[in-house]
Amino acid sequence: MSDGEVVPGREEAGFDDATAPAGGFRKGAFGVSGSGDTSGFGGLVRVEPGGAVALHSTERPYGGWFDEVTDALIDAVGRATYDAAVQRVLVDRGEITYFVAREHLLVLAQALRDDEALRFELCSSVSGVDYLDSGGPAVAPNRPRLHVVLHLTSMTYRRRIRLEVAVTAEDPHVPSVTGIYPTADWHERETFDMFGIVFDGHPSLTRILMPDDWDGHPQRKDYPLGGVPVEYHGATIPPPDTRRAYR
Amino acid sequence: MSTTYDPYAGSRQTTEGRVYTVTGGDWDLTFADPHGEERLVVNMGPQHPSTHGVLRLVLDLEGETVTKARVVIGYLHTGIEKNTEYRNWVQGTTFVTRMDYLSPLFNEAGYCLAVEKLLGIEAPQRAQTIRVLVMELNRIASHLVALATFGMEMGALTGMTNGFREREMVLDVLEEITGLRMNHAYIRPGGLAQDLPEGAVDSVRELLKMLPKRVADFHRLLTGQPIWQNRLKDSGYLDVTGCVALGVTGPVLRAAGLPWDLRKVEPYLGYETYDFEVPTADTSDAWGRYLVRMAEVNESLKIVAQALDRLEPGPVMVDDKKIAWPAQLSLGADGMGNSLDHVRHIMGQSMEALIHHFKLVTEGFRVPAGQVYVPIESPRGELGYHVVSDGSTRPWRVHVRDPSFVNLQATAAMSEGGMIADVIAAIASIDPVMGGVDR
Repeated sequence: MSDGEVVPGREEAGFDDATAPAGGFRKGAFGVSGSGDTSGFGGLVRVEPGGAVALHSTERPYGGWFDEVTDALIDAVGRATYDAAVQRVLVDRGEITYFVAREHLLVLAQALRDDEALRFELCSSVSGVDYLDSGGPAVAPNRPRLHVVLHLTSMTYRRRIRLEVAVTAEDPHVPSVTGIYPTADWHERETFDMFGIVFDGHPSLTRILMPDDWDGHPQRKDYPLGGVPVEYHGATIPPPDTRRAYR
Repeated sequence: MSTTYDPYAGSRQTTEGRVYTVTGGDWDLTFADPHGEERLVVNMGPQHPSTHGVLRLVLDLEGETVTKARVVIGYLHTGIEKNTEYRNWVQGTTFVTRMDYLSPLFNEAGYCLAVEKLLGIEAPQRAQTIRVLVMELNRIASHLVALATFGMEMGALTGMTNGFREREMVLDVLEEITGLRMNHAYIRPGGLAQDLPEGAVDSVRELLKMLPKRVADFHRLLTGQPIWQNRLKDSGYLDVTGCVALGVTGPVLRAAGLPWDLRKVEPYLGYETYDFEVPTADTSDAWGRYLVRMAEVNESLKIVAQALDRLEPGPVMVDDKKIAWPAQLSLGADGMGNSLDHVRHIMGQSMEALIHHFKLVTEGFRVPAGQVYVPIESPRGELGYHVVSDGSTRPWRVHVRDPSFVNLQATAAMSEGGMIADVIAAIASIDPVMGGVDR
């Protein structure tokens, strides 16, 4: 099946184009891509168990302390702001993820840090994920494929939550949380360096791991890994990103 | 001003005043200071013995006082996170183990715990106990290097030679267990690469007998020494508020008085069943961090002893043959390799076993889509693995929250306003490993 075709069953699955990752779809019976799958099952499209459908969203009650935190967050920022800010909530593998609209990220982060019932004092990690086509349906332009993932830790209550903000590659702007969590400084610089996500309000958003004059953002999925073929005993082994892949 | 013309070290007028580039030679000949300007910008590193590897500091100096410290990193960036996206889940272990090269087993454990959480499996009990055992041995080795380099950077060279000597003994034991001194790839998704070899338990017990004496020697060599104390006390100060704001964890945070140790507060691998203390100090300075690390070596020795006592025979890899590595590795005279029995089985006896081996080794196993964040307590603080799977045989994204990377941000807060010599003490007390910082 060629890229860009509409995948049957996608609407029924309730797939949310705006924020859902593209994962969870498989083509063919053996996961082979790029080379000939001669099994006759090459056109098969399967939704993986626990894949994109299960990743969609979770309904209340979330169970455990997740409801406590969510209620405290609603109390702290107000119902209207919460509904506008949190697009969906996902509880998966004992972890809770709030998918947040970028306009409201700072309000939420401030409340999460300062509210007595929340007290997420520590920003453990900020990282990026590029959900460009992951073997499933082709990605339309202006799809929010770049995700910023913040892991917050409450040292008081010993809880961890995850905030996720999705933006498009064409408009990759996210407000910086360095004013609330100074530790996010280098994390955000790294995420900018690797994914090209611009953190508005960051004191000095420069490259941190790559050289200053580097072109491109290496951890984007459309940035090649690079490498050269290696010859060994007469056989040539291609670089890792051009080898036959089982996806 | 320079009396002779030097093409590499001249002076030029800029918007910030006259800027001199100095490469060596007699100070008075180079720089006459006609304006009474005392501001000097000094590049420390990336090649500097006291910067713990390729770390570059740009220091603004007024006399010997540091007014501004900027940290430049990235010289050791190898793109490990990106590389893992092009290998299967098992191969990821061999990549992540090379990041923080002083605590390879922690990288492996964090990664494997994340993959196991995504898979929804748990390693067998014996594997968990051995993981704790080798991780705590690794923590001792890592702290010994931290203390050794600390000594070297403060001018106590005997501290370095002693620390490295003791560390090598720990590495010998790890080599006996895993086949390699460093970069072990011993902990694998689902369990371990192999069981403890014969005689390993005795070697660990031997080590446990000897190390407390060596730690005591370290105390005798350094702790009571007035120069050592004067050098460390009150340098690199950072209190709890500063630590939490800057995300600093590990011994630096505990030396500021907060007993935050993930082994206690969010136990994994059964750490809640081990009897050990979380050492703290209340000085918030390099001295406290030194004492905390020394005490943690003793606590790790306690954990290792308990892990040895509770080792029960059993499997070290999950039963699921779709995940467990098919080759039964064994340690031969030339290092670790496929066991000959296994090779005989797949090559001569069972076609199905050969196919199974081939599929699992070339294709690997699939991991259900989703994302997890798994934090563990590495010798330097919170080591977090944010692993995303799209349901395929390769990770979609592996992000490592390396404690050295985060803690190094505190350099400016610790050293600005202090003396230039204390910058070294501050950085040594953070104990950054550039392999982990730059990844």
